[in-house]
Amino acid sequence: MSLAHGAEALPEKDRQAFLADYREKFPGVPLESYVNGALMVSRDAMAQFDSIMEFPPFQDDVDKGKKMWESPFRNGKTFSSCFPDGGRNVAGNYPYYDVKADKVVTFEMDVNRCLRENAESEFRYDDAKTMGTLTAYARTLSDGMRTNVKVEGPGALAKYEKGRRLYFTRNGRLNFACSSCHLQIAGKTLRTEVLSPAVGQTTHWPVFRGGDNLNTLHMRYRRCLDQMRAPLFAAGSEELNDLEYFHSYLSNGLPLRASVYRK
Amino acid sequence: MDNLPSVNEQRRKCLRMLAVGGAWAGLWAAGLLQPLRALAAEWNKPAFDAKALDEALKSIGATTPVESSQIQLKAPEIAENGAIVPVEVTSGIPGTQAIYIIADKNPQPLVAIFDITPGIEPFISTRIKMGESSKVRVLVKAGDKFYVATQEVKVTIGGCGG
Amino acid sequence: MKIRAQLKGDVADVKVLMFHPMETGLRKDPITGDIIPMHFIQRVVATLNGKTVMDAQWSQAVSKNPFVNFRIRGAKQGDKVTVSWEDNKGEKASIETTLN
Repeated sequence: MSLAHGAEALPEKDRQAFLADYREKFPGVPLESYVNGALMVSRDAMAQFDSIMEFPPFQDDVDKGKKMWESPFRNGKTFSSCFPDGGRNVAGNYPYYDVKADKVVTFEMDVNRCLRENAESEFRYDDAKTMGTLTAYARTLSDGMRTNVKVEGPGALAKYEKGRRLYFTRNGRLNFACSSCHLQIAGKTLRTEVLSPAVGQTTHWPVFRGGDNLNTLHMRYRRCLDQMRAPLFAAGSEELNDLEYFHSYLSNGLPLRASVYRK
Repeated sequence: MDNLPSVNEQRRKCLRMLAVGGAWAGLWAAGLLQPLRALAAEWNKPAFDAKALDEALKSIGATTPVESSQIQLKAPEIAENGAIVPVEVTSGIPGTQAIYIIADKNPQPLVAIFDITPGIEPFISTRIKMGESSKVRVLVKAGDKFYVATQEVKVTIGGCGG
Repeated sequence: MKIRAQLKGDVADVKVLMFHPMETGLRKDPITGDIIPMHFIQRVVATLNGKTVMDAQWSQAVSKNPFVNFRIRGAKQGDKVTVSWEDNKGEKASIETTLN
């Protein structure tokens, strides 16, 4: 298993190594099922998910997001004017590396760019009511789209490597790295929770915990860092953006599904 | 399929009450003037307030329910979140009039009562809160008898107190 | 409220999602620390062309944003299905759909 710290960070090599490891830890589980995370090891849990997703209790929040998405700015334009094909099938291309700005750009950053360019106030990255609710709808426009993160060129590779390093670095009082749980003991149970594999994790945001508590990916990263007693990077920070870049690459090929139930 | 007294029965009762007089007369008279729908069963406060299982069963008149394999109960083995536990009931008992859903160990065990008219299939699916691991108990009323099926549901995150 | 009704032969499968906090009276307001009072749907009535087909009584233990699925018999295209609820504060809501 050649994921030793300091090994050359070639994205595709990484992804294949992760997949090989998980094939051993989750024998017989088809790759497509990884989008369900911990649910994939329990038919009982999966059945509850399917039942709830038939008519989700948070449907109203997604509808609120739709209203936000469709409401014109003061200048008459709408969010759809900022994205190709009105925002349909775009989320799978995020995050991408902006060569000119030399930074990783997430979908949420482009939502804010849209607001900025249309003379509207930007949303806070950790606000469920604005960014969370808008993306709860906006991301569904890409449901079914395959993750298609590109890491091309030295600038992009450098950002990928930063995210990768964060993923593998032990941090905080508990001295855990993301990899400690989600790679080394993925599939095992820690404090009654089954640890989901990294592959598939970035495909299904935001989630509605307990059916009503909206969490975006960055909000979830922060909760996790908090639980590990590790430094809390801000939602929308460079650190979390770079982490998301590395993390999302691992899910290349897997379909997106936004606004799902989690317990 | 209402088991409400007929209008004539009610009128006779009302007249008797009027003869007796007092505050009741006004109430009965008011009742007669309301549409029939309003005379449907009042929300069963004693049953829903009951804190003990046998109290709840007594309040709905189900003191000696018979176990039946003709009641299909679908509920999770381990509820992911006690605040939202999907429960599905299909009754194969002929003449099903009502389906009751109970969570034995909830602070108040009775969760819901569904009156089943011949206009719907004896099938209900809903989502309930469970405070802790407990039997989910489903009762079916048919004829004047009660039938019961249960399933143990484990709860790791309780759903009542937030 | 949202309703989805699907006609299969002469049975209409009806799924309803209601938006209601279904407060149990056991939760504390995270900011003030005060108990949030009980507030929950007590009655749900479904009708087919004005005739009651289902009448339910609920407690505060039905999940927040309640879901219910039932199947109406003897239904046909053009029939009107309504679902109404009333809560312990006397608040009401209703939704109607035509089967097709």
